Amino acid sequence: MHFGPHLLLAALEGLVTSAVLALTALGLSLVFGVMRVVNVAHGEFFMLGAVLAWAITTAIGGHPALGFLAALVIAPLIVGAIALVAERLVLRRLNYNPEATIVATIGMLYIIQQLALTFYGPEARPVEPPFSYRILLPWFGYSGYKLSVIATSALLLIATWLVLTRTKIGLIMRATQYDSETAQAFGIPVGRVYGGVFALGAMAAAIAAVLIVPISQAHYLMGQDPLLLSFIVVIIGGLGSLRGTVVAAVLIGLSDGIISMFFSPTLAKIIATLLVAMVLVFRPQGLFGTASR
Amino acid sequence: MSEASPAKAYSLHLGVIALLFVLSFLLPEYYHGLLARIMVLAVFAMGYNMLFGYVGLLSLGHAMFFAAGLYGAGLAVIQLGWGVPLAFLGGIGCGAVLALLIGLLALRTTGVAFMIVTMMFAQVFYLLILYFATWTGGDQGMVVPQPARVLSFGATSLELTNPTVRYMTALALFSIVLLATLAIVRSRYGRVLVAIRENEERTKMLGYDTFSNKLAAVVISGTICAASGAAYALLFGYVGSNFASVQYSILPLLWVLLGGAATTLGPLIGTLFMYYVIDITSGYTSAYLLIVGIALILLVLFFPKGILGSIRQRWLGWLP
Repeated sequence: MHFGPHLLLAALEGLVTSAVLALTALGLSLVFGVMRVVNVAHGEFFMLGAVLAWAITTAIGGHPALGFLAALVIAPLIVGAIALVAERLVLRRLNYNPEATIVATIGMLYIIQQLALTFYGPEARPVEPPFSYRILLPWFGYSGYKLSVIATSALLLIATWLVLTRTKIGLIMRATQYDSETAQAFGIPVGRVYGGVFALGAMAAAIAAVLIVPISQAHYLMGQDPLLLSFIVVIIGGLGSLRGTVVAAVLIGLSDGIISMFFSPTLAKIIATLLVAMVLVFRPQGLFGTASR
Repeated sequence: MSEASPAKAYSLHLGVIALLFVLSFLLPEYYHGLLARIMVLAVFAMGYNMLFGYVGLLSLGHAMFFAAGLYGAGLAVIQLGWGVPLAFLGGIGCGAVLALLIGLLALRTTGVAFMIVTMMFAQVFYLLILYFATWTGGDQGMVVPQPARVLSFGATSLELTNPTVRYMTALALFSIVLLATLAIVRSRYGRVLVAIRENEERTKMLGYDTFSNKLAAVVISGTICAASGAAYALLFGYVGSNFASVQYSILPLLWVLLGGAATTLGPLIGTLFMYYVIDITSGYTSAYLLIVGIALILLVLFFPKGILGSIRQRWLGWLP
């Protein structure tokens, strides 16, 4: 292959990464934006989504599309329920104190990871894609499923944006994010909003994971990279800014795809992490965010 | 913190050191070795406590300071052929320089951003170790050869692989760091750190330069952690990248929380307790991370002050 098609392939792979990353980071960003909680267990919700997707598709059997669609609906619901329980039992009792919640979510990370290892095992297991149509480009064939992942993710992001800006639920969430005390004074059930947002954030990660399992496999340690990358995306995009998150996800996903194809993936990670740390140090509001209040 | 006679505090700490000394002759072999390891790791926890307990800065990247000492000392012996004392100082030096650099950058942020920044710098450090696998051994790590782990003073030489020598060296390091932290905490400088933890703005208003005080605390903390790492490499002979991973940034936090943040003996109690809990439960299950996770959550929910912190609050107000 020549350089041009090679670059196109790298860009396509990068876009798939971006699509999944944007969804995962959206969850992290929602939780941080509204609740001011840094959820270190976010990557584990992602992993749970993938593992559940494997379990559901295996249990249902039959045509792969059937199992996949079931997984796409059921897995996020289960993950959301688990997140809701965790929020009720732990985070709420800590009064959302930033430092205590970080320690507590680290605890959740270990618990979920260990339980996945115990019940799911150390193997990486594949999930069959719902359809296996290949799109033939002049230089190489490309998986139609991967392109559909990009489309699905874009649709979900647009839907989230519409919900946040055009509906009453979105208004309530934004009011809570802007000033939770005043929101409470206006009769918004802040506690319930927090619970819902935490569950929603976990569900976004789970959906992203279900979308990616047919491409990479389900493994109990698969939550670590998405966690770090989501942090990077959320920080660069500006904490709590949806548009920034999407732009940053595309930026990071593309550059990760392209750098990893032409250089070492470890080097790509080193550079990205270092750059982001520097962004946090010198421009804490993110590249696209507005100055903090 | 009530004012207490310094004699009381110092005699308690000297008593703990004497107890550990006596235990060396009483413990069976397995626990003897385990306690030596725990003392070295308790030094790591004390270094962490210096920053987290007394200044209130929660770092999620202290594994990099431990690893800087570990690799600084280990590589000096393996790649450069340095002697043990020089390698130990080299490891500490690496940690101090790294801590100064990280402090200068990370202290520009506060709160949650500080935690994330320290975690990211530690991740970069970890990935760098993997990237330069030709020198560092990558994720396989390296073994520090036994013949190199010898302390020689003229004619006499002490082999660090000998259990008693190892125990006593660990105890010596532990005692020095314990008494040093006690002295720092009781000094004027220690009080300024606590003042920063309680109310940074007010401390600033009283005319203290909070940034340079915090920077000094980061350097002291990083240096102590590096000393622990360097000692670990030389005493136990293994240098591995897992010591630089996020997990080793979390463990000292867990030990300190368990033992009691901002207590001088808390790190030892926490490390000891956690090690034995894991040791006992590993007889029943291999899922020790589950225990760590549950311990973390229960601690922040019900005992945010830790073991010694609760004791101090209820009974012994003078505990440093």
